[in-house]
Amino acid sequence: MGKLISIEDAVALISDGARIMFGGFMGCGNAHKIIDALSKSGKSGFTMIGNDAAMPGGPLGEEYYGVAKLVHNRQIKRLIASHVGLNPEVARQMSEGSLDLDLIPQGSLVEMIRAGGAGLGGVLTPTGVGTVVQNKSEYVELVQEIGGKSYLLMKPLRADFAIISGHQADVNGNIWYKGTTRNFNMVMATAADVVIAEADHIVEIGGIEPENVMTSGVFVDYIVDGGRM
Amino acid sequence: MDKDMIKGYIAARVAKELKDGDVVNLGIGLPTMVPDYLPADVHVILQSENGIIGVGVTGAAGSEPLYVVDAGGRPSAVAPGGCFIDSSVSFSLIRGGHVDATVLGALEVDEHGNIANWIVPGKMVPGMGGAMDLVVGAKKVIVAMEHTQKGAPKILKQCRLPLTAVGVVTLIITEMAVIEVAEQGLILTEINPDFTVEEVRAVTEASLIVSAGLKTMES
Repeated sequence: MGKLISIEDAVALISDGARIMFGGFMGCGNAHKIIDALSKSGKSGFTMIGNDAAMPGGPLGEEYYGVAKLVHNRQIKRLIASHVGLNPEVARQMSEGSLDLDLIPQGSLVEMIRAGGAGLGGVLTPTGVGTVVQNKSEYVELVQEIGGKSYLLMKPLRADFAIISGHQADVNGNIWYKGTTRNFNMVMATAADVVIAEADHIVEIGGIEPENVMTSGVFVDYIVDGGRM
Repeated sequence: MDKDMIKGYIAARVAKELKDGDVVNLGIGLPTMVPDYLPADVHVILQSENGIIGVGVTGAAGSEPLYVVDAGGRPSAVAPGGCFIDSSVSFSLIRGGHVDATVLGALEVDEHGNIANWIVPGKMVPGMGGAMDLVVGAKKVIVAMEHTQKGAPKILKQCRLPLTAVGVVTLIITEMAVIEVAEQGLILTEINPDFTVEEVRAVTEASLIVSAGLKTMES
């Protein structure tokens, strides 16, 4: 079965209330075409897992950049992220009580996602010991002492969907990322039941040298042509 | 000194802590001024936690704002010889002790090397981002900040704000002094010649141990 589907078909896969990982960092490396279509779909109640909530004002003059569109359209009911300071809409919706936010240190967040995709029961990190992070029982199992040093056992994170973005994808879903866009995209490709990848360019098999494949197509269920020139 | 002079003075002193070839992560604000004060023969490798080792000059030919940004989401660039990494490798670098120094501001630091710099009281909580990982993982944690908040001490016996991490600060550099965090407490190792030890103590809540080899701060 071919993995290449239309943007409309990709959005149709996603139901209200889904738990979705969005690769990207302040909008850079977000799957812009899928997110744009999802923002116009009227679907809502999502739990969004991602580094941040992006920001208003994109580099191409977008009013809201990347996942900021979904926040602005009030489609997110819960956000699991490390930093939301560049998107004032998050604070506004939190104070209204319409958005819940769970903050997790960036390095812990990416490892929790990696653990979720790698079949690990969690990950031990010294980050957050002695801070409010260790009280987040939904994400932190307990404080462990190993070799006289304290660690937090962070639980794995998984999602129903991962919506990721690469520069080139071949028709099998092998992905090559450009610049800093690989950020959370690479780990998220491993940690969701359904992985949808948008690529600026769709290429034939062999169009990406095997040595340069950063995410193997075995992790990717669907590919969408982002059609960026 | 006015605000800008104070920042420049602190940044110039921080620059002396960095060695050629060091891998360095800089926080927002004052820390980003530090590279301007490095001697010509000291080249550091700047790391950006969203995925650059070897941050380059923004705006140089070939910059691509859609594909290359820094940790603040602004357009950025990679330097010749640098590389891009994903977030997992980036934080392996950070937590794994491969970053020689991180330079960052603080709201409070204390005698135990605790630091609080991610929640400003009464303001929206932006999130810790990579700060908690950076201060736990970097070999040297340099706090670069003004000595007081409009006269109120920021170097305390015990932090009162929510902590970023426990016992991680290596060095505190302000416009008044250089202070090392040691087992026995805070050691005043250098002092700006415009101030006396008593004047520094008057605006420092923490106890200061004056180093036997107390030097004049040069920036």
